[in-house]
Amino acid sequence: MNLPRSFQTAALAILVVGILLLALGGYLTPISRVALSPFISTQTWLASRYLAIRDFMTAPRDVVRLAQINDQLEAEVSRLQSQIIELQQQNSELQVLSALLDFARTHSENEYITAAVIGRDISPFLHYVIINRGSDDGLRRGMPIVSSQGLVGRVAAVTADGARVQLITDPDTAINVRIQPTGAEGLLQGSITGDISVEAISQDANIQTGDLVLTSGLGGNFPPDMLIGQVSGVRQRPVELFQTATVESVVDFSQLEIVLVIVNFRPVNIAPLIPTPGTP
Amino acid sequence: MAIFLAIPILALMVIVQSAVFSQVHLLHGTVDLVLLIVVAWAVQVRVTTAWHWGIIAGLLTSLATAVPALAIIPAYVLITGVAIYLRRIFWQRPLLAMITATVFATLIIHTISVAALLINGTPIPLIEAFYLITIPSALLNLLLAVPVYALIGDLANWLYPEAIEI
Repeated sequence: MNLPRSFQTAALAILVVGILLLALGGYLTPISRVALSPFISTQTWLASRYLAIRDFMTAPRDVVRLAQINDQLEAEVSRLQSQIIELQQQNSELQVLSALLDFARTHSENEYITAAVIGRDISPFLHYVIINRGSDDGLRRGMPIVSSQGLVGRVAAVTADGARVQLITDPDTAINVRIQPTGAEGLLQGSITGDISVEAISQDANIQTGDLVLTSGLGGNFPPDMLIGQVSGVRQRPVELFQTATVESVVDFSQLEIVLVIVNFRPVNIAPLIPTPGTP
Repeated sequence: MAIFLAIPILALMVIVQSAVFSQVHLLHGTVDLVLLIVVAWAVQVRVTTAWHWGIIAGLLTSLATAVPALAIIPAYVLITGVAIYLRRIFWQRPLLAMITATVFATLIIHTISVAALLINGTPIPLIEAFYLITIPSALLNLLLAVPVYALIGDLANWLYPEAIEI
């Protein structure tokens, strides 16, 4: 059967257009699914084998790369951790400085210099700290040292850029104090263990646990009304001349990092005023 | 050489002692690193500069403590003398000399310090000081005595090498 060539072409075109229209209309989907399924299965199998082989061939290079990335990430984690520690340290320092600033604002009659505690006395019998400010910064022997909580001690020795501070817990400490609200006076003394107590309190004074201990200013070694601590116990015996009160200091001396030096206070030396035997 | 080396080593130890070890307590006692260094140096067999180290340690320590220098320097010299004496007694057992010298040295420096403070008018209750400070300090010093002895031994062997017979 010899059909004209133009008829064959027209029939082919109509067939193609028809198939296209059927495909666009979605009528060929079941047929194409059935027809393509083996191809897709074959291609999937082939592709998965190819990827497995490719992974096998390139795996060592990836391990090296992953190890490098891991190292970088570990270094980054370490850096961030050290940054966190640094920030926490700065934050804690900021809190201390903020508390000191509050203290300085509330006691604006005094002039202060901040100093960092850089060491402690080597002898375990004494309670001294070393600070990083000295005579070059205007420090003089006898100047009182405070923290945001209360009285810390006084400057015992000064070099050009450092000073040794005798804490109020030192066994050689003797500070005239007043106990509030009774107003009873006594003598604060330290000890080798770091405990502090008020001695020579009159037997008539009614001292209670929780009473505040403040400097009285007598003797001229410390400014008056500086907070030292609270009475934590009272020992009163009728056979003794005086009663004794143990004191809980408001300052945590084991955590002392930054202190304030009161630079406008000059201690008064009353030694020449004390009469000695043989002088009129 | 050993004398010149004493100054930076002992100065560093005084700084470390003041900044770190003075805050590490057992009851109220602390380790005395400078004392351990002086004792460990003095008990080394070939060392000939023990007295110098003792004096330098005393001078440097007196800068970092409120205990009178007139007490501290003789205390370190005495410690050195005792350590050298013990080295001669226990010449075959240097580690035993180190341990014995550490105990004696702690007792000596604490006795002299307390005596000096009492003379200066600082009230120190003796029994309390012995139980709460001296005994714990001696224990801490004994704990560190062996590692310090080993380190100082290496330094001594480097500075005073053993003579080899050819």
